[in-house]
Amino acid sequence: MSSRHLATEQPDSFSFSKGGEKEAKFWIAKYPKGKERSAVIPLLWIAQKDNGGWLSEPAMRSVGDRLGMAHIRVLEVATFYTMFKLAPVGKHLIQVCGTTPCMLRGSGEIIKVCKNRIGEKNTISADGKFTWEEVECLGACVNAPMVQISNATGDAYYEDLDRASMEKLLDDLAADRAIKAGPQNGRHTSEPLGGAQTLTDKSLYNGSRAKKIKIPNAPKAAKKVSKKKEAK
Amino acid sequence: MLEDKDRIFTNLYGLQDPGLEAAKKRGAWNGTAAFMALGDDWIVTQIKESGLRGRGGAGFPTGLKWSFMPKEIGERPHYLVVNADESEPGTCKDRDLMRHDPHLLIEGCLIASFAMRANACYIYLRGEYIDERIALQKAIDEAYAAKLIGKNACGSGYDFDLYLHHGAGAYICGEETALLESLEGKKGQPRLKPPFPANAGLYGCPTTVNNVESIAVTPTILRRGSGWFSSFGRPGNAGTKVFCISGHVNTPCNVEEEMSIPLKTLIERHAGGVVGGWDNLKAIIPGGSSVPCLPRDICDDVLMDFDALKEHKSGLGTAAVIVMDQSTDMVRAITRLAYFYKHESCGQCTPCREGTGWMWRVLTRMCEGKADMAEIDMLLDVSQEIEGHTICALGDAAAWPVQGLIRHFRHEIEDKINTYRADKSVHAMAAE
Repeated sequence: MSSRHLATEQPDSFSFSKGGEKEAKFWIAKYPKGKERSAVIPLLWIAQKDNGGWLSEPAMRSVGDRLGMAHIRVLEVATFYTMFKLAPVGKHLIQVCGTTPCMLRGSGEIIKVCKNRIGEKNTISADGKFTWEEVECLGACVNAPMVQISNATGDAYYEDLDRASMEKLLDDLAADRAIKAGPQNGRHTSEPLGGAQTLTDKSLYNGSRAKKIKIPNAPKAAKKVSKKKEAK
Repeated sequence: MLEDKDRIFTNLYGLQDPGLEAAKKRGAWNGTAAFMALGDDWIVTQIKESGLRGRGGAGFPTGLKWSFMPKEIGERPHYLVVNADESEPGTCKDRDLMRHDPHLLIEGCLIASFAMRANACYIYLRGEYIDERIALQKAIDEAYAAKLIGKNACGSGYDFDLYLHHGAGAYICGEETALLESLEGKKGQPRLKPPFPANAGLYGCPTTVNNVESIAVTPTILRRGSGWFSSFGRPGNAGTKVFCISGHVNTPCNVEEEMSIPLKTLIERHAGGVVGGWDNLKAIIPGGSSVPCLPRDICDDVLMDFDALKEHKSGLGTAAVIVMDQSTDMVRAITRLAYFYKHESCGQCTPCREGTGWMWRVLTRMCEGKADMAEIDMLLDVSQEIEGHTICALGDAAAWPVQGLIRHFRHEIEDKINTYRADKSVHAMAAE
């Protein structure tokens, strides 16, 4: 298991943004009355976003108060789940997937780029723009190697990377240029490079499948039979 | 080879619009109310007859699982929980189903919930899939607006609510009881079974947890017929399956194929073959990181289904095929997986909490050759002490890759130890 602790320096207070408040209400409404605690992970995530990308202790308390949870229970959750960052991060958080499927396709190179450009993992670069870390499988293995980049605009996957395309992503981010999420080598999504070899049959998409169907294995006029029996 | 007309996920790659109208044109939501009119028993029977086995890894018959739910709703409501916490290294199929074909999943949630007399369903999505969360929520909102779900879903008279929930980066939450704990707002630590979720699951209520793919294929099974589905694959291994092919292949991809397809055919037909040709193959992990690897000679003719892979002491798991060519350092590859399990152990059971870290540390030394020959057997022994001695299967999942390494690639560990020792004796002599 991973051992995680709170940052030694903590801010005095936390408050949800207006958008965060609205979103928190949306999540709490998803669970039955009396089970509001179920919303703790979504609320902590919103709090992390509202707190500049990391979870402070006051933010955890605020979530606990809102859900009627003991603070210690919130702390347990916040330290258990690794997407909650317990210390400040740079403007762009770069999470490099390092698990075996990505490793086989060169995540080591991506990590080298991050080390050279940003510095040691889990530190903030001198300009405040970047933090990087190695994370466990992000579930985009057929588009390996890949990173997830989190910042104020979202948390997108950048896939099918190599040294050059990773360098370019960092260049663009450093210069505040927009970057395009998804595969960086021309693929659309998870189809083979060079184009999909399957799902090319046009009849799948011409609406013929929306026509009324006869249900296979439906019981044969069961109702009529039973009515006849009743009549007898 | 599976033909396009028999593929269930016709928008797997997102080349078409994932929205409701386009999904309907591709066949989604066709006949849903009519299936429901035939009753819950009819639906469960169809799924049983189709031979569908759970697509999340364990391969438990889906229809049978559904039939474990209480026949009548008692004081406690029933729940369906969809396991979308896709985190098994190598696996990225559910991601595509949720972002590109979300309406098949939503329709499946309605049908499965109806079949188990559940009026509410939660989809537990892994936290990192944030764009997927947005896409799926959008599709759920569309379905509500079109009255396909919600009160009087599809005009069937059945009320059904579907909620999207998310985690925050914990592999263990893919284990069904850890997932339920997490959904209740706690740390994701697995529960002891019994009681099984069908008796006491979410909020202590009868609950069934199913994988995304298992649920998303059910509407199409009802539309095309259980006989159609079971016509693919060998007996006991029915259906079509989304495979994820990653690692050292020329064109890694996701693809839907029929079950029991030969592994070699799967890779050569869809993933452009092994880098450097089939002869350059060293090993394949056939079903996600938790199943033991297979050396090349087995890969030559093994079939991709539950039973065939089990015969070779591996498993179909999530059907995530991780290919490793001759350039792969097997010890390092498996050591990286050992690190993964060490990182993801929830810490609840001692054999797993301590054992995963221990195995990783020994393997890390073995990568350099800094180990004793006797430690190989000790490692195997420890892995067997972890296996089967924990509340959940993460202990087993951590042990199996290590056992696979020792079973098939023991010589690579021995070579490393011998090389390290040979170097050392040279240094020792030089020092003299």
